[in-house]
Formats: sequence, C-alpha cells, structure tokens
Amino acid sequence: MKWDTCDASVQYLLHLGDDALILGHRLSEWCGHGPILEEDIALSNLALDLVGLARQYYQLAAQRIGNGMTEDRIAYWRSDREFRNHVLVEQPNGDFGDTMARQFYFDAFHFLQLEALQHSSDIELAAIARKAIKETTYHAQHSSEWVVRLGDGTDESRARITASLAKFWPFTSELFEPSSVDRAAHAAGWGPDVASLRGPWLDLVQEVLEQAELQLPEGHAKLLRGKSGIHSESLGFLLAEMQSLPRAYPDATW
Amino acid sequence: MVSVSDLEHCLHQVADPEVPALSVMDLGIVRSVRLEDGLCQVDLSPTYTGCPATERIERDVREALEALVGVGNVRIRTVLDPPWTTDWISDEGLRKLEDYGIAPPPRRTSDKRSLLSIHKPLACPRCRSIHTERISAFGSTACKALHRCLDCLEPFEAFKCI
Repeated sequence: MKWDTCDASVQYLLHLGDDALILGHRLSEWCGHGPILEEDIALSNLALDLVGLARQYYQLAAQRIGNGMTEDRIAYWRSDREFRNHVLVEQPNGDFGDTMARQFYFDAFHFLQLEALQHSSDIELAAIARKAIKETTYHAQHSSEWVVRLGDGTDESRARITASLAKFWPFTSELFEPSSVDRAAHAAGWGPDVASLRGPWLDLVQEVLEQAELQLPEGHAKLLRGKSGIHSESLGFLLAEMQSLPRAYPDATW
Repeated sequence: MVSVSDLEHCLHQVADPEVPALSVMDLGIVRSVRLEDGLCQVDLSPTYTGCPATERIERDVREALEALVGVGNVRIRTVLDPPWTTDWISDEGLRKLEDYGIAPPPRRTSDKRSLLSIHKPLACPRCRSIHTERISAFGSTACKALHRCLDCLEPFEAFKCI
C-alpha cells in the first residue's frame, strides 16, 4: 500500500486521525499512573475520546480506500514514516506538568481546527467534527484549568509548569505550517488554512497564561515535518509497543 | 403482525449498559425506527465518540428487535450528524437519572467558547442542596463528571452536558 499516493481526502484523514491516535495512545500510558485518582480517570477519558475519534477518521479513510481496507490495518500496519501526526503529540509524557503543557497547546489548536472542520465541504468529515468539538471543549477546559492551577499554585508547581510550557513551545510552530496535504485540503474546502489558526490560537493560549500569571514562552521554532512522515525517535518506540500485539498475532481478535 | 410501535415499545426495555436506569429511548439515541417488508431499520447516534458501550448498545438493540422480526432482519445505521446532545434525553429520562442518584444535565446544550469555564453548581441528587462543587469533569464513564455535596458531604456523579 502506497500511503502517500492515495486519494488526497484519505491523506487528509490520516493527518487528522494520526494526531488523535498517537496523542490518545500517549495519554493511555497514564492509566494506573495518574498523580491522583481523579486525574488518572480524566487522562484515561481523554485517551478514550481521542482513540474513538481516530477510529472515526480511520473508518472513513478505510471506506474510501476500499479493497478490504480496515481501521486496524491503518493503525497497526504502518511504519513511523507512514504516520502523519504532528511531532508535538508523539513526545513522551514526562511528568504531569509536561503532559498538561503538551495537552494544553494541542487542545487549543484542536478546538480551533474542529471549529473550522465543522464547515468542511466534505460532509462526512464535517459530521465527525461537529461531534468531536463537544468533547474537545471539555479537554481544552481541563488542560487550561490545570495550567492555571499549576501556574498560580506553589513556587514548585509554577517553576515546573513554566519549564514544561517552554519545553514544548518549539513544537507548536509545526501546527501552523501547512503540509502539501493541508494545502490541498484547504484548496478543496475540506479544512482550514492552518496558518490562519495561529492568531486565534495565540489569543486562547495567552488568555489562559494571563490567568495563570505566566509569560508566553520565548524560544525558536523547530523545523518539523511530522506531517510529511519525518518524526522524532519517540514515535518508533511508541509504535513498537502499540503495534506489537497485532504484528505478533495478525489473526488475533477480541 | 409487528408494528413500528411494537418495536419502539421493545426498545424502551433495552437499558443503557452503563446507566441501566435509562433505556436507549430515554437517552434519545434512537433517531428513527422503520419497518419495510419485515425488515427493521434503526438509526442510532453515539453519545460520546469513544464510548465503549456503543458497540454493546448496538448488539443489545439488534438482539431485542430480532426477537420480534427474526434473526438477520435488523439493519442498524450509525448517524453522527446532527450530533447527539443531552437535550435529547427525555423528561422521563432526566427524572430516572435523578432517582438513580446521578444529577441530570442542565437543559440547554452549553455553547462554551471560552476555555475558562464557569461552573454552575448542580443540585445534590441526595439532599437537593445546591451547595455543591465539581471535583473532576471526568468520571467513571465518558458521559459523567464527579461532584460533591458540601452539605450532606456525599460525592455524586453528574451527567455531562454536551
């Protein structure tokens, strides 16, 4: 299967689905390890929503590819170079502050992206977005509230969330740099011009940081091309674990 | 001869696996039930995208209806749009939720466009006090949040408004 030559709408669905699956998988790694029971449950709920969303995108992609393609084949039988997610979402969980900083940046982006996708000319994609934005609103509120709680908390929590926000800041520029697939999707009316989301995203981020009495991190953008399949080494390790069972037992079913 | 109202009556007996006090009809996830030439067509909407009960609900609905129209004569379609909202839970469903000890969602889907939300306190389903607070927006299932009553001191679950 040549993933980079399949239909443009399928490639766009992979962009969207891979972000949801990889971040959902990362969050699922917290299950049983959360700092408090409520957060353990919250992180697992976020993971569930995102993996469920990935399934919606993959099911639609599989249907459009045809020839017996399945959502599981898309999730479990592609290599790292064939994944199209942003490099931000594959970054390791680190401590709870790291996870919240990564989530906060992504949630604000995801919220704006879904807001635009609700009006997609691809009506099946629009239907998925209209459903998912309701859940993503809860995600964004959750991560925003934690940024405020940690930023406006103790000296320790403030120092650590400041460091976490700075650590992931360079990864955020990729969110607003269109890939060739993003450009094609925008031209076809399927999705937003991602560059145009940067302003509203900064507004959302700044509103929360002000409340948290934190400064917007400074630092240079990284040149990242996760959406073209060029990933950090973290993705390979993540996939090795996530894909090991279906690859070892290809006929395994629930 | 089976009629559509027989089928609907039957679906009133199919419980939501995670909140068994509610039927799938109370929840408002059954979008339509049609009957043509002995073939039953049902449109279902998922509550939450990642809700693990979705597939179980589909199976339960299929089995319940097949008892009336025969094995293999039920077609179930998943309809995402317009998305399900807690506004579609019936009045009876809201009452059942409260009797079951789960604070029902407020009427009116929230249209939150700010990431910093203001939480309106919910009434404690046990003592009715509105002196309550939210512990976590995420609870034991995708559709519920955790709250606690500051008067009777009992924790309680609330159905999330979406």
